[in-house]
Amino acid sequence: MPPTFANVGDEVVLELQGLRQLLEVLGSRGYSVMGPTLRHGSLVYDRLSSIDALPRGWGDEQKGGFFRLRPLPEPRLFGYGVGQQSWKQFLCPPRKSLWQARREENGLQILPPEEPAPKFAFFGVRACDLQAIAVQDKVFLEGTYIDPHYRARREQAFILAVNCAHACGTGFCASMGTGPKAASGFDLALTEILEGEQHYFLAAVGTERGRQVIAQVPHRKAGSAEQEAAARTTVRAAREMGRTLDTGDIKALLYRNYENPQWDRVAARCLTCGNCTLVCPTCFCHTVEDSSDLTGEQAERWRRWDVCYTVDYSYLHGGSVRATPRSRYRQWLTHKLATWIDQFGVSGCVGCGRCITWCPVAIDITEEVRAIRESERAGAGDQGSGGRSQ
Amino acid sequence: MSLKRRPKLAVWKFASCDGCQLSLLDCEDELLAIAGALKISYFVEASRAVVKGPYDLSLVEGSIAAPHDLERIQEVRRISKFLITIGACATAGGIQALRNFTDVKDYIPLVYARPQAIEALETSTPISAHVPVDFELQGCPINKRQLVEVVSAYLQGRKPAAPPHSVCLECKLRGNICVQVAQGTPCLGPVTHAGCGALCPTYQRGCYGCYGPKETPNTQSLSAWFHNRLGVSEPELLRVFRTFNAWAEAFRVESKSHEH
Repeated sequence: MPPTFANVGDEVVLELQGLRQLLEVLGSRGYSVMGPTLRHGSLVYDRLSSIDALPRGWGDEQKGGFFRLRPLPEPRLFGYGVGQQSWKQFLCPPRKSLWQARREENGLQILPPEEPAPKFAFFGVRACDLQAIAVQDKVFLEGTYIDPHYRARREQAFILAVNCAHACGTGFCASMGTGPKAASGFDLALTEILEGEQHYFLAAVGTERGRQVIAQVPHRKAGSAEQEAAARTTVRAAREMGRTLDTGDIKALLYRNYENPQWDRVAARCLTCGNCTLVCPTCFCHTVEDSSDLTGEQAERWRRWDVCYTVDYSYLHGGSVRATPRSRYRQWLTHKLATWIDQFGVSGCVGCGRCITWCPVAIDITEEVRAIRESERAGAGDQGSGGRSQ
Repeated sequence: MSLKRRPKLAVWKFASCDGCQLSLLDCEDELLAIAGALKISYFVEASRAVVKGPYDLSLVEGSIAAPHDLERIQEVRRISKFLITIGACATAGGIQALRNFTDVKDYIPLVYARPQAIEALETSTPISAHVPVDFELQGCPINKRQLVEVVSAYLQGRKPAAPPHSVCLECKLRGNICVQVAQGTPCLGPVTHAGCGALCPTYQRGCYGCYGPKETPNTQSLSAWFHNRLGVSEPELLRVFRTFNAWAEAFRVESKSHEH
C-alpha cells in the first residue's frame, strides 16, 4: 500500500485513472459497486464493473412528467442529475423474503432467510440522496424497533458521494438545505472538474474507511486552485436551480389547511398510481404478503414496498380510512412535509424532485404547497377548522 | 393428504377465446399439485370425464353473450359453492362487448353467411351482472401465477394476494424505468389493474390496459395528459379505452366521453 498523507477531512485530487482504480479497490475489498449506468437507454442504478459503465458524456433534461438523457459537449462522467431510481432499492429492497414455514410432524418449522446481507458500495450518491439515507436511518435504525434487514445492509455500505455540477430540472435541494453539495454522511465525496483540457476529481475524505480506500489509489494533495474550481462547480449548480419550496411555518401551514379546496383541485389530477412514493428516496412504507403452496405444506412471508395511495393501505376493520384520492394525496404531502417532522424530527422531503419528474401527470409538490400558502394569503383558506373529513 | 376429501373443481366456458382456461393447463409445473389438491370434476377443455356436481370451486371464463348463457349461468351458480370469474370476458364482458356500443344486428349479416342461425344478445356482459361472484380475477388473459395464487388461497381459506393497485407499482418493484416519462410513450399503467407483472413496460411498450381498470382509476386526468402532452387524438383516445375491457365502467365512461 503506498503511503498517504490524506487524513479524514482532507481533500485530495484524483485523475481519471485514479478513479478507475478506486472502483477496482472497492471491488477487491468485497463490495458490490452499484452506480449510475444506462439500461435500454435509461438511467438506472446497477452494478458497475468499471467506470466505463458510467453514462459518460450524458446530461439530462427534467421537468414535470418528463425525463430525457441529452448528450453533453464534454465527456463528463456525472453530468446528469438523479434518475427515477434511488439507493433505497438496495438498502430496503422492493421485495424481501422474511421467512418460510414448513409443516412437519411436530408442528410448523419456521425457517429464517439465511443469506448474508449484500455488501454494497454506492458510487455517485448525490447530496439529496445522502440526506435521504440519513432520513431512512432515522426511520429504520432509531426508536423502539430497529429493522435488522436495513441495518445489516446499511452498516456495511460504503458511500462515495458526488457533488452535482448542474441542477436537476425539477430539484429544489438548495431550498431544503440538503444540496447540491454533500456536507456529511459519506466515506468519500467527489467533485468532478472539467476545465479546458483538464478532467480530474477533488475527493473529500469523510471517514477512516474512506481514507483507507484513498490510500490504495494514486492521488495528490489538492491545491487552492483545484479547491476553488470545485467550489465554483457546486455554486453554479445551486444558482441554476429553478424551483424552491418555502418551508417556513410549513407544519402549521399544512395542519391549518386540511380542508383547503386545493386538495380537491390536485385530486382531480392525481392518478393515485403511487409513483411519487415509489420514486421518493425516503418513502419507506411496505406491506407484508403471505403465500402458501397448493399442498398447504409450505408458506412464505414477504415484505414488499407499498404506497399510501391504495385503498387497502388504510383499510381498517370495515373499510378504508382514506376512501377518496383527495384524502390520500393530502396524507402523502402532509406526512412528507409536516407529520414526518413530528414523527422523526426531520422533513421527509429532501428536494430531489423525483416526485415531480416521475409523476405521469406532473403534479408538483412545490406548486401544491405554494397554492395552499397563496390561498391563505388571499383569505380563501379554511383557517383553524382543522377538521379531518374525507 | 390422500385421505382428505379433495374439493371438486369445475371450469366453465361462456363467450370467450378459451385463453384463460388454457392458463390452467399452462400451469405445467403446478398441474400435478393442482390435481392432487382438487378433484378436477368438470373441465371439458382438458377431459371428457365429467363428475356430477355440485362443485366446491367453479372457475368461470367468458361473458354472457347469447340467450342460452342466461339460463346456464344461473345453473352454474346454483351448483357452485365458490365461484371465481377469470379473465376480461367474465369480469368485464370482453372484446365482444364492443357490440354494446353499437347495434349488433347491423354486424351479424356482415360476418355470418346465414345470419338467421345466430342467436346473440344485444350486449355482452360480465358474469357479475347476472349472479353473485365470490372473486374476480382480471386480465386478458389472466396471469397463471395469479391463478395458482387464487386457487392456493381458496384451498387455505385465506385472502388471495391479487391487489387492485396500478401497474406502476409492479413496474417499480421490477426496477423498470417509466416508459411514459422517459420515452414519451402513452401508458395506461397508472389506471390499470396490476397482475401481469408489468409485462409490456418491461419490454419498453406502453401498457394497453388488458387487465382492466384498477381501483379508483382517474382515466380523465390521464386522458388529458395523453391528449395535451403526448399528442394522442380524440379518436385515438376512444380506441385506447375501448379494447378488451371496454365495458368495464371506468373505461366505458372514458371512451364514451371521446365520442363525437
